[in-house]
Amino acid sequence: MPQLLLELFSEEIPARMQAQAAKDLERLAREHLAAAGFLPEALKTFAGPRRLTLVAEGLPLAQADRKEELKGPRVGAPPQAMEGFLRKAGLTQDQLVERDGVYMAFIEKKGRPTPEIVAEMVEAIVRGFPWPKSMIWGTKKLRWVRPLKRILCVLDREVVPFAIEGIPSGDVTEGHRFMGDAKPFVAKDFDEYVAGLEAHYVVLDVEERKQRILEGCKTLCFARHLELVEDQGLLDEVAGLAEWPTPVLGDMDPAFLDLPPEVIRTSMRTHQKYFAVRKAGEEGLAPHFITIANIQAADGGAVIAAGNAKVLSSRLSDARFFWDEDVKVGFEPWLDKLNGVTFHAKLGTMAQRVERIVALAGEIAPLVGADVEKTREAARLAKADLASQMVGEFPELQGIMGGYYARQFGLDGEIADAVRDHYKPQGPSDAVPTAPVSIAVALADKLDTLVGFFKINEKPTGSKDPYALRRAALGVIRIILENGLAMALKTTLTKALRQSSFVHEEVEEGFVGAGPEVAADLVAFFADRLKVALRDQGKRHDLVDAVFALGDDDLARIVARVEALDGFLKTDDGKNLLAGYKRASNILKAEEKKGALPTGAPEAPTADSAAEVGLYNALRLLDKPLKDALAKEDFTGAMTQLAELRGPVDAYLDGVFVNEPEHRDNRLRTLAAVRDAMGQVADFGLIGG
Amino acid sequence: MSREKPKSFQSLILTLHDYWSRQGCIILQPHDVEVGAGTLHPATVLRALGPKSWNAAYVQPSRRPGDGRYGENPNRLQHYYQYQVILKPNPENMQDLYLGSLEAIGLDLRTHDIRFVEDDWENPTVGAWGLGWEVWCDGMEVSQYTYFQQVGGLDVSPVAGELTYGLERLAMYVFGVDNVYDLPFNDPDSPLGATTYGDVFLENERQQSEANFHGYDVAVLKQQFEQMEEQVPLMLARSYQNKALVLPAYDMVLKASHLFNLMNARGAIAVAERASYIGRIRDLCKLCASAWVEQQEAA
Repeated sequence: MPQLLLELFSEEIPARMQAQAAKDLERLAREHLAAAGFLPEALKTFAGPRRLTLVAEGLPLAQADRKEELKGPRVGAPPQAMEGFLRKAGLTQDQLVERDGVYMAFIEKKGRPTPEIVAEMVEAIVRGFPWPKSMIWGTKKLRWVRPLKRILCVLDREVVPFAIEGIPSGDVTEGHRFMGDAKPFVAKDFDEYVAGLEAHYVVLDVEERKQRILEGCKTLCFARHLELVEDQGLLDEVAGLAEWPTPVLGDMDPAFLDLPPEVIRTSMRTHQKYFAVRKAGEEGLAPHFITIANIQAADGGAVIAAGNAKVLSSRLSDARFFWDEDVKVGFEPWLDKLNGVTFHAKLGTMAQRVERIVALAGEIAPLVGADVEKTREAARLAKADLASQMVGEFPELQGIMGGYYARQFGLDGEIADAVRDHYKPQGPSDAVPTAPVSIAVALADKLDTLVGFFKINEKPTGSKDPYALRRAALGVIRIILENGLAMALKTTLTKALRQSSFVHEEVEEGFVGAGPEVAADLVAFFADRLKVALRDQGKRHDLVDAVFALGDDDLARIVARVEALDGFLKTDDGKNLLAGYKRASNILKAEEKKGALPTGAPEAPTADSAAEVGLYNALRLLDKPLKDALAKEDFTGAMTQLAELRGPVDAYLDGVFVNEPEHRDNRLRTLAAVRDAMGQVADFGLIGG
Repeated sequence: MSREKPKSFQSLILTLHDYWSRQGCIILQPHDVEVGAGTLHPATVLRALGPKSWNAAYVQPSRRPGDGRYGENPNRLQHYYQYQVILKPNPENMQDLYLGSLEAIGLDLRTHDIRFVEDDWENPTVGAWGLGWEVWCDGMEVSQYTYFQQVGGLDVSPVAGELTYGLERLAMYVFGVDNVYDLPFNDPDSPLGATTYGDVFLENERQQSEANFHGYDVAVLKQQFEQMEEQVPLMLARSYQNKALVLPAYDMVLKASHLFNLMNARGAIAVAERASYIGRIRDLCKLCASAWVEQQEAA
């Protein structure tokens, strides 16, 4: 069956947009083909620095003919209805057939030739392509990510003829800009295309380009007893910057190795897109780098290596200049500068934020076993490096530089570490701080952010979370859970809220919502984040709901309960007891509709029923051990106690008729007692079957 | 005109002039008001707007007061030269023309690693932005390449393509010189004696750095800025032969912009104020841009 090959050849496409562009091209093509009734046997897309490519296998040369049945007006319907129908169907009345009192039209639709459909599809895709940013050029009105130069479009080795804004389709494309003959070549199918690209020094598939980069890097490293410092993000990026990626190893002046390794790596990575290397089996960096060139130079890359080395030297000289200038200045003048830095128009300056964090960190310190004075000092210094030159140049080194400078100035190690680590965790793969002072400052930092933005009603909505509040909340959750901290969230949030109002009354007018409402909002927000976090660990969200319904706000305790509950419900006793709970609560709900339920504890059963006596006794025996287990926060123990109810509850529900008039009230009290006892552990009503 | 590889800073400029002249550009001279970048020359900011075609190349001395290093940094200068090319509408083969200019100045494109790396240029003070790249040669940014989409807050249609070469940096690279002050300004074998970039500019960097960081009186700068700001609308309100005086008004915007840069270098502008100053200059620039487009479309 015929094959479709499409290539949209343009000037250089930003590396960060390529992967998504390949996905979008695939999705759009599948949608268009499906709408035309085509189901390709295989469809694959590729993206690279200068081209988006699609190959679809197994398309017919034309659509199949289709018969359509259209239901028209009833016999005897008003003439206007018939006229309208005929107009729509493009038929005359004698072409209609009467069936069961209704006029029917049978229309034969001739299948259209595939090239026509492909031409329309390509035009629609090109004109509607969801580039994150697009442009116009020259005198054209067409939008593309950068000027679109050529469209190669062949179906079954024939050019599909069309033109978009004066750009004609064809069977010609170009390879590498500089290597080989650098002349356009013809490709009539995918095999010719891939072979042509290879002969013209272009690797089509991004995964192959990455492979080539990694292997090339490893070969270079191996020869010099070096190891590549792997960096997936950088690999993804450089694979989008070169059509013929060729790693080149260059030398760095070892004198720069006295700069912090983060500075060297950031300088290499963000400015120059170089990989760092280290000596095999050693920590720290080696005085070399690997750049990924787009060309296999005749001289083996000597000129490229030398040129890049020079650029790196001047970058690192700049970094050294910033370091030297920064250590002359120091924390106090930086803190002073923070008075002039707006954190957010409604939340005051960075200096005001620092005051709030200091106060809050001081209150959190005793809860996490941190020295209060050290914590307050660390919080006071934590944001100072934002005013340093180095962080001005490399914003991603915030905190890290503060830590280095604190040590450089001879500050206490715990304080320096807290300054360094208080932004952590910065993402799901980042570790949480574990030292008490660092924990206190990290929590205060995040809570101040959360409370502030909730107060001014800048909450995340849908996919929008410009202040990364979800990440901040998840950070708080992870710090608490991974360090096993016992901390009442509401109390802590209320403390944070109090800081944010009493320290700076002047920003108060920008606030919406009173303190308690904001606190409630925030607790709900944390509950949501915790659910997401637990769900990511494979915990059922209904169990999380069932535990949250108890109103506890100690995250560690909530998680322990969820875990115990999860374990219990996996046992036979758990499953059956849950079923029993549902039956009991259904009966109670049904009876409640008839009037208020009787209150009070059940009395000893008067009827001669083993099942009744059994459950009555089981409930009485359960009471104290359950309360004890809960008081000790021994949730597994509490579940074990509940398991004792399973047999009696089953027997009761199977053998006792609740609505016997003389016993009804006491029996309902018994069922309510079962519900209440279980309700101390979780709201079982929220748990799915 | 010789087509040999350039050997000095000035012959690099002459080679670029020769190359772009051969492509059909008019070769202009610098604008005579202090600017922070070659883009701000009215030959780019204003000529990019309106329906008319415009192809020009020129050198523009550029001042960035905050980048002064007293002549002690081998790469950073508070006064340097940009080579600017503006092609409106951008020709289909603009990338090839650009690469041709690199070959003209002696770069072998099969030995060096030339890359177009995403960099969406914007200049908020003139309300301008475009899509394009930084062009890298062996990891060194040698040019900025932009397809202007908006200038002065107005759509650029037809689109103008802009090339900016940082001349000192490019020269250092081409001549293999590590310190900008060691660049040969003229032919090292000149019968009248060799002159380096340092001979011409080192003292200037020292004195201007001191003035930029400590010399200018902040109160005076602020006053001058405010005066310029007031004058722009007044100048635009005047006209000659039924045309608003947009060219002199634009010069005043440039002056205001330079005064802002000086205040910034003196550390006189708090971070919070920066955006508001930039917004004020942008508003003035937008006034000029609209008036200019009106005149272009009427003509």
